[in-house]
Amino acid sequence: MPVTDIETELRALMLAGLAGDEAAYRRCLQKLAAHLRAYLGRRLFGWPDDVEDLVQECLLAMHNKRHTYQADQPFTPWVHAIARYKLIDLLRARGVREALHDPLDEEMALFSASEHDALDARRDVLGMLQSLPDKQRRSIECVKLEGLSVAEAARLTGQSESAVKVGIHRGLKALAARFGAGQRLEGQA
Amino acid sequence: MKTDDLIKLLATQPAAERQAPAGAALARAVGLGLLGGLLIMLAGYGTNPALPQLLGTPMFWFKLGMPVVVAFSAARLAARLARPGMGPGRAGWGIALAVALVWIAAVAQWQATPAPERAALLWGQTWLSCPFSIGLIGLPVLVGSLRALRELAPTRLRLAGAAAGALAGGAGAAVYALHCPEFGAPFLAVWYVLGMALPVAAGAWLGPRVLRW
Repeated sequence: MPVTDIETELRALMLAGLAGDEAAYRRCLQKLAAHLRAYLGRRLFGWPDDVEDLVQECLLAMHNKRHTYQADQPFTPWVHAIARYKLIDLLRARGVREALHDPLDEEMALFSASEHDALDARRDVLGMLQSLPDKQRRSIECVKLEGLSVAEAARLTGQSESAVKVGIHRGLKALAARFGAGQRLEGQA
Repeated sequence: MKTDDLIKLLATQPAAERQAPAGAALARAVGLGLLGGLLIMLAGYGTNPALPQLLGTPMFWFKLGMPVVVAFSAARLAARLARPGMGPGRAGWGIALAVALVWIAAVAQWQATPAPERAALLWGQTWLSCPFSIGLIGLPVLVGSLRALRELAPTRLRLAGAAAGALAGGAGAAVYALHCPEFGAPFLAVWYVLGMALPVAAGAWLGPRVLRW
């Protein structure tokens, strides 16, 4: 998910939370936890045990300081600044001088890639494929997900090669029409 | 505790109790500190007996205005630094501008004055006590603004502490200007600026020590 979408989504959840919506606030914290886990995990690879502690510390800090977030301000930089502050605080307490030379402040690194998103994306793709007819689904799975050649896929699924190609093409087109408002799946077919 | 349990616990109280903007908390602290500074000035120094006449001179307003600009810029800077993810922005430029202006005025007045009279413009009668008086009168504002910052969430502690110091220095110098008998722009450029720099240094030193959260 692009950073701007994450910003829009999390900001909406946070603002709803600040207005008193418990469910939105919980959802916001859950998503933040996933992002933080990935962000801190990459930077604390020496101490995997500390990652979850620091995730919790960050969540608690964001909760306790949530009155400093105001609606006129972008949300993800607020989160990033707190996570970075808590990370540096921990590293400093450990006396890790080398770690401070790491580029800790790449803007938005916290939201660029999270394990959570990768899992989400995979689950989404598999879920979407379920909605296709069997022949199209099998063709796409073999060629696009498992990386087989068209010939191998044809042998495996008992279809002709051209049937496999047509199946992939129609399947992706159908997916694009159904889910892809603006996301260009056909381009890759 | 597992993270999911922590999240469930936190999510039971979504709304922030204090929605007051960072600026408001800071303004309250500064207001109280300013009152404290005024009391110190009135009790320890007293206003300048010639104050009513001074109100008509440009130098008095310059002496009052320069620290006020510093204090306002520093307050905006501190309010920004108190919120995570907000950089210092351009708020610090006001401080630099005020100091630059007073130096320009000082050089101009220095050049326009015959050499024998220049020393009086620079040293005045009170050069030794002036910086410390400004620091002392600014002290309540320094304490108040650091306390207010603790309630907020500065992530650059040294810079935030220095901003609180500049706020205190500006406020202290503005209050001290009601007492100060000096009239030279070079005096302002050196001793007032030095007086305001004292709380800045104190704030920068204190920041990482007292603002951690």
